[in-house]
Amino acid sequence: MSETDEQASTSGAPPKGPVKVDCRSVDVFYNDKQAIFDISMVIPDQSVTAFIGPSGCGKSTYLRCINRMNDTIEGARVEGEIVIDGVDVNDPAVDPVLLRSRVGMVFQKPNPFPKSIYDNIAYGPRIHGLARDRAELDGIVEDSLTRAGLWEEVKDRLASPGTGLSGGQQQRLCIARAIAVNPEVILMDEPCSALDPIATARIEELIDDLRQRFCIVIVTHSMQQAARVSQQTAFFHLGKLIEYGDTETMFTNPANPKTQDYITGRFG
Amino acid sequence: MGWLAFTVLAAAGLTAFLVGRGAGDALAADSSARMNSQPNYHGYYVAMWTVVPAAASILAYAIFGEGFVRSVLASELPDGFDSLNAFERTQYLDRAAAALRLPTTGQPLFDAVVARYGELRGAVKLAFLLAAAALAALGFVLSRRRIAADFRARLNVEGGIQAALFVSAAIAIATTVGIVVSLLYESFQFFTRVSLFDFLFGLEWNAQTNTDFGAVPLFFGTFAISLIAMAVAAPIGLYAAIYLSEYASPRMRGWVKPVLEVLAGIPTVVYGFFAILVVAPLVRSAALWINGLPFTPPELLAAQPASALAAGLVMGVMIIPFVSSLSDDVINAVPQTLRDGAYAMGATKSETVKQVVLPAALPGVIAALLLAVSRAIGETMIVTMAAGQRAQISVDPTSDITTITAQIVSLLTGDSEFDNSKTLSAFALGFVLFLVTLCFNLIALRVVQRYREKYD
Amino acid sequence: MTEFARSAGLAGPDAEARLRRRYAAERRFRFYGQAAIGAAILFLVFLIGSIVTQALPAFTQHKVAFDLQLDRAVVAPSGRAAPEDIRENVAGFYRLVREDLVERFPEGAGDASDRVELYSLATRLAVLPVAHDVARDPSMIGQTRRFWIALSDDLDLYLKGLVTRENVMTLGPVITVEVGRGDDSVVLTVAEAAAERIRANAPWSEPDRFLDGDPTVLIQAGDVVLKALELDGPEVKAEVLTGDLAAPNALASSPLTVRTIQTPETDRNVTDRQIAWTLALKSDGRIERRLNTALTSNADSTYPEIAGVFAALVGSLFTMLITASLAVPIGIMAAVYLEEFAPKTRMTDVIEVSINNLAAVPSIVYGLLGAAVFLNFFGLPRSAPFVGGLVLALMTLPTVIIAARAALKAVPPSIRDAALGVGASKTQAVFHHALPLAAPGIMTGAIIGLARALGETAPLLLIGMVAFVAEAPSGPTDEATVLPVLIYKWSTGAERAWEPATAAAIIILLIFMVFMNAVAVLLRRRFERRW
Repeated sequence: MSETDEQASTSGAPPKGPVKVDCRSVDVFYNDKQAIFDISMVIPDQSVTAFIGPSGCGKSTYLRCINRMNDTIEGARVEGEIVIDGVDVNDPAVDPVLLRSRVGMVFQKPNPFPKSIYDNIAYGPRIHGLARDRAELDGIVEDSLTRAGLWEEVKDRLASPGTGLSGGQQQRLCIARAIAVNPEVILMDEPCSALDPIATARIEELIDDLRQRFCIVIVTHSMQQAARVSQQTAFFHLGKLIEYGDTETMFTNPANPKTQDYITGRFG
Repeated sequence: MGWLAFTVLAAAGLTAFLVGRGAGDALAADSSARMNSQPNYHGYYVAMWTVVPAAASILAYAIFGEGFVRSVLASELPDGFDSLNAFERTQYLDRAAAALRLPTTGQPLFDAVVARYGELRGAVKLAFLLAAAALAALGFVLSRRRIAADFRARLNVEGGIQAALFVSAAIAIATTVGIVVSLLYESFQFFTRVSLFDFLFGLEWNAQTNTDFGAVPLFFGTFAISLIAMAVAAPIGLYAAIYLSEYASPRMRGWVKPVLEVLAGIPTVVYGFFAILVVAPLVRSAALWINGLPFTPPELLAAQPASALAAGLVMGVMIIPFVSSLSDDVINAVPQTLRDGAYAMGATKSETVKQVVLPAALPGVIAALLLAVSRAIGETMIVTMAAGQRAQISVDPTSDITTITAQIVSLLTGDSEFDNSKTLSAFALGFVLFLVTLCFNLIALRVVQRYREKYD
Repeated sequence: MTEFARSAGLAGPDAEARLRRRYAAERRFRFYGQAAIGAAILFLVFLIGSIVTQALPAFTQHKVAFDLQLDRAVVAPSGRAAPEDIRENVAGFYRLVREDLVERFPEGAGDASDRVELYSLATRLAVLPVAHDVARDPSMIGQTRRFWIALSDDLDLYLKGLVTRENVMTLGPVITVEVGRGDDSVVLTVAEAAAERIRANAPWSEPDRFLDGDPTVLIQAGDVVLKALELDGPEVKAEVLTGDLAAPNALASSPLTVRTIQTPETDRNVTDRQIAWTLALKSDGRIERRLNTALTSNADSTYPEIAGVFAALVGSLFTMLITASLAVPIGIMAAVYLEEFAPKTRMTDVIEVSINNLAAVPSIVYGLLGAAVFLNFFGLPRSAPFVGGLVLALMTLPTVIIAARAALKAVPPSIRDAALGVGASKTQAVFHHALPLAAPGIMTGAIIGLARALGETAPLLLIGMVAFVAEAPSGPTDEATVLPVLIYKWSTGAERAWEPATAAAIIILLIFMVFMNAVAVLLRRRFERRW
């Protein structure tokens, strides 16, 4: 426990708000190969935390630990504790399905279900029983789309397939789908990497709006994006957490020379 | 009986589902804590435990009930029946079973047996039905009691679903095991009567008369017909595949490939009819014509109305699509870069194909040919209908000849008892057939897999 | 360019010759490819073409009109006209048919062999439809009604021109007819030119004299049919096969039709007299070529003219129902398990290999399995669609599993991730998303597998589905046969009429298979999704 505190402090990231996710000494193995080495960090609520680092540094793997998406990968094994609201998500008693309804996820490539826009949003609330009748469900769909900034664009064609939207719209649809189940944490795995700059700007705006209500963790390969949207930034390298702290500090005055090198573009 | 049981079970399942879901709904309405599972899953859970054990009981009756009734009845038969062998006793019981629906015959013993049969059948059926009802009730009560806000109904239901999925996958294994065990068992019975050596190396086959069981003529016939078939299918199939993958325009591919697949989709009995109706007479008249040529001896060719050549030719046509579509796949899998390398050196298209593409695709092509051979060896109807029935070793392709598969059909068609060498020999032949095709298939699948890994 | 070629040793007569050779080789290679494809397509066309031409005659059938006096004593001998009694009373109705035949052709009423010859114009069982009609409407009893009954198969084939080559010519009328010049023959005098033409068309072994074993020359005028025996100038000596010569004017007034039947009487199944009766009935207008409804509505029979595929179709239907209801769900469930849930262990490797191998096991091995396990061990009934369906289900299972796995594999993992991401369980992700998206591909594979099962013969022979079944099964445990097995059985039939019947049954089977495959192709076209 003390070690964790120490590392968090050496990473220089005292949370500004209440802690939402508390990760303690997390190791991840793919079969025999270790992908994440003893990473601890605390992620505050109602803010955006960015994970940056070169490709293959483990930032996505780490992100996927938080909602146990690594369970779906054959041979993956997670050690250590990830505590959300006092419960370790890796506890065998925790149902990953319920966990994922509280920790939503947006993926790298927009992946709407090949169904109507309406059904894309309504799927989550349906399986979790969040709506008692059709009117309530309609409300959730409208609310989610509105919050994802997509309502005005699609309200007249809710029955048309979600796959027919543009890339940026699809990704906002996926965000709307994630918030429709009313999660507490939203994980975003490079949500803009497949999008053009205009669509990216809209998503970034949206992320900034959503910060008011959710704890958002975003993996990005773009440092500018991390600087623009996040309040905390964590720098990963070769499966290790090199530095974690306030975004402004990280980008202006990094503590670690490796971070300095990466931010100024000398490697990665 | 079947439909009634099905309806009752379905109704019970539906009721159980509604009860379970109702309980779930009630919990969701008044418990402040979040429910672990949706009310629907509570319904599924109760329905699952109500229906599955009861259905298993009914299924057990369907599979074992009649056998049980018969074994009890057989043990109760008076002493005189001991003189009957197993097959005769089975036939007797068959007759009794059929007589259940008919008016009494007036023979006191038989009528008594029939009456007792009906009695036993009714009792066993009742017992199983009662057991099913008890299981359903028990399952319903126990599962209903477990419903609570924090009960993980969904996990339980999903566990049940996965168990069902696993059982389905295991049926594939069970089939393989069933084939191997049944063939082994019956073959073993056969080899207690006929020596393995005589079977494998004997030159005389007269199974219909229960005398000679030397299978070499059958092996020879199978080999000869497969050889003829491959002589037709291998060149045509391979050249067609090469042309389609290297030369043909996409439009031509688009309509030639389905046409070739039609050849594979035609039932073999149709090929058999075609062989005996059209090809065999052609072969015969060609053979007679050759016999009649001035420089050939008049008895050169046997010119039988059914011949190895007729069956082999038609089988070859049937196998063309197997060769061509598999070869087409492997040739397409050869990377374009290899071809580009050859073209860049000034090779013509055919030189590229012969010297670069085919050597690269060779393992895959060989696998395709092996699978085609395995198909030819196992093909039954064409040889049954068009190759004749005479077990002989003859290099004359216009003579009639028989194969492993054709013999299996002729030995097992009609009423077959399982206690004579004639019937059992069919299983020994089947076992040989299974082993040989298994080897071909395994090698071919192995080679294809390796080949895919190489270029994927 | 040429400079470069020359300096590189690529020009000059040697090099040019080599290039020409290489291009010739190229053209040859290309030609082999085209020839191979051409040969394959030609085979297919030849196959389909020869079966269709064989089958065409079987779709029509010659029927004979009989005016049956539905005497109550004959039709309902027991006194009560219960429909089931009437329906079974084949003997009674056939008696009426025979009486009608004798009335029309008194010369066939002679000794026993005469009667057999005459009565075989219509098969005993061919009166069944009449019996059924009367049973349905007993008010016909006591009346005289006209019924159309199938002509015997050999005569039917004769009329379709499938028994023998036949030259037919029409000549002018007879000049004189002289009856009984010492024996029961007649002598016709015809025009000189007509006599010449008859002579030219009588390829007898001895000139102008018919001997046994020679082609038959029949001379027909109206309903009188004569068989030429000797030719002498304009005189034709002939034997009366049928017809009333008491009114010779009838013969003299109508033009002559002369038929040379190339196959001698000894080499065919129909006698000259039977042909003569048939021709006479035809000239009466009592024979018509009609659509062969028996083919699709009747059950199997030992007589080709009344045999049909109906019972086998029903048997196939029951069998396919069992096969589909077992193979499709179990196959899909197995595929879902292997593709979505199974851990990668030795066990799953074994399952994998055994499924791939099962797909290539000869179908007859499944028949052996069925005979040993289902019949011998479990004691299930022989010849039952239930057992046939079980065997075919086991055979089809690997095909369905392989197709379903391929379809599931084609659904991108991102869809499953998306479902998991909003908190769906793995089972929900599979059953709500992956499986519905894979459904068209799965159904396509399943239908193709079922179509193959529909055409399968060999394994069903081994579990006794080859039994003769004269009635459509009413359930999956009744004795039954299936269409491909019926085709096999018919193809082994000795009578010539089975050939077109078999070909027609094949056409019916192929229609079903084409339909199933068309559905599969349509599904693929309509719902195929490229990711």
